Amino acid sequence: MSAAAPQTWDEFMEGVWKQNPTFVMILGMCPTLAVTVSAINAISMGLSTALVLIASCGLVSMMRNVTPKEVRIAVYIVIIATFVTAVDYAIQAISLALYDALGAFIQLIVVNCIILGRAEAHAAKNPPWPAMVNAAGMGVGFTIGLLALGVVREILGAGTLFGISLFGVGFQPWVIMVLPPGGFFVLGAWLLFFSWLERRKLRRQSSATEVAHHV
Amino acid sequence: MTTPIEIRSAPHVQSAKTVEMIMRHVVYSLLPICAFYVFQYGVSALASIIVVTGACLLTERFFVGTGTQAGRLSDYSAVITGLLLALTLPPGFPLWMGAVAGIVAIALGKALFGGIGFNVFNPALVGRAFVQAAFPTAIATYTPSFLPGRFTEFIPSTLALPLMIPADPASWLKAKSLDALAGATPLAKWKFDGVLANADELLTSLSGHMAVGPSPLLILVCGAYLASRRFMDWRIPLAILGSAALTASLLYAFDAARYPNPFFMLFSGGLILGAVYMATDMATSPVTPKGMWVYGALIGLLTVVIRYYSGLPEGVMYAILIANAASPLIERITQPVPFGRGVLDRVKKRATYPLNPGYISREEANAVTPKKRFLPNKPKK
Repeated sequence: MSAAAPQTWDEFMEGVWKQNPTFVMILGMCPTLAVTVSAINAISMGLSTALVLIASCGLVSMMRNVTPKEVRIAVYIVIIATFVTAVDYAIQAISLALYDALGAFIQLIVVNCIILGRAEAHAAKNPPWPAMVNAAGMGVGFTIGLLALGVVREILGAGTLFGISLFGVGFQPWVIMVLPPGGFFVLGAWLLFFSWLERRKLRRQSSATEVAHHV
Repeated sequence: MTTPIEIRSAPHVQSAKTVEMIMRHVVYSLLPICAFYVFQYGVSALASIIVVTGACLLTERFFVGTGTQAGRLSDYSAVITGLLLALTLPPGFPLWMGAVAGIVAIALGKALFGGIGFNVFNPALVGRAFVQAAFPTAIATYTPSFLPGRFTEFIPSTLALPLMIPADPASWLKAKSLDALAGATPLAKWKFDGVLANADELLTSLSGHMAVGPSPLLILVCGAYLASRRFMDWRIPLAILGSAALTASLLYAFDAARYPNPFFMLFSGGLILGAVYMATDMATSPVTPKGMWVYGALIGLLTVVIRYYSGLPEGVMYAILIANAASPLIERITQPVPFGRGVLDRVKKRATYPLNPGYISREEANAVTPKKRFLPNKPKK
């Protein structure tokens, strides 16, 4: 049991960092660009996607031995659509304002390529527990990605964070940040930042090995 | 016998023209325009020019320092970007927004593409397009020129605190007993109020309190200097102005009551500045002579179309950006016929390549491909 714990943690962190759906795999761009005008929208979109992801990956994994190969995509879609409908009604019940803000993008989780991709590539080949851990990691990674965009766009586009005013009444909103181009600019900036981090890490590693060789 | 013979590849004839030298002369030619602009609008214009250019230079310095882009700080290209950007912004534009425009212009418009010579779009216009989309109110707020006391007093919107809404200059103008309409540009007045400015107001902008940009005549004179020294190709501005005048006069002939006269179209707004200084950016315009005509004609046409039929009063910026995006395609379809290929055998049917009618495939030309000969591998030691 003690040996299994770090492996599970690795499985989880895989989706959060190493294969982050937003910043590394660049999947699910449609909700990423469309609903991240505010942090609260971003986090609720991310969490609903994560919920659907975990639940449907678990079920797909449980049914992996009884699913005929020929109709597996249809089976996945039905499973995902079931959970999406549940989440859709839940959000409608919790907050109608949020539901209106997210619009069609909750229903569109059905065709989100992250979920179908996870079901096909991971859940269909692994037992339920690792599949759900992996799905949870991906879901958290996606939420972090959306939140990263949402925070920047809300601060610059409205001067608020989670609805709390940061700069007082005289703040000049950057209209472009609420418009679609703002989504592309912020996403590009984050991608640049992460690739810069990655390159710096590689450079340090190579210089460290070089030093080791010289010594 | 002792002098070594230097053997090297083309080009063998060198000219004194370097990128730095051309850029320096463009900066010289911009200085009178900037001086007149400061004379028109006072200290606010001066502060705007200094801050925007400073932001461009600092951003350029940062990106050159990372070693990821071509060019140096001393090649003057960032200075040109900064000066042009400042000239396209309203004189009372808040300084912090001007700094944002300058940073975006260099970072997004130039550094991301790899530095000088690699940019697809004119950097100054990228910066302006960004602030146009981000701060649509501030960029449409002009103040009249030649106000009394302009050299001692800032326009109140200039000194807005960073990230804060600038003060509306309307009340400030009222204190000077001018109505708020005095601040509208001739184009905005025409578009929203149907008032046409006279020719003398547009050309010299010395009469009345017209809010006009840097004087068009001065820009034409400075552009003529650049063209005469061959630092700039005369075809592009001529094509832009010609095509804009043609489109505008056709429409004017069609319905003189609805459309303004072509003279107003040419000399209002930023058309002259855009045609002479922005569309002629060497990195973003076609190099083929025929392509320059096509490129210029496209800009002129788009400018007039955007001015007439869109919600915006001014269309030069978007016209130039669209034409920038089209210029690689324009270059491909306007490749000149190589010297030595006669008129008779210029185009062979069946052999045309859709984007270049003059192209003849090797097989059509009965070319014999030489047999490939591989050198034997070096024996391993």
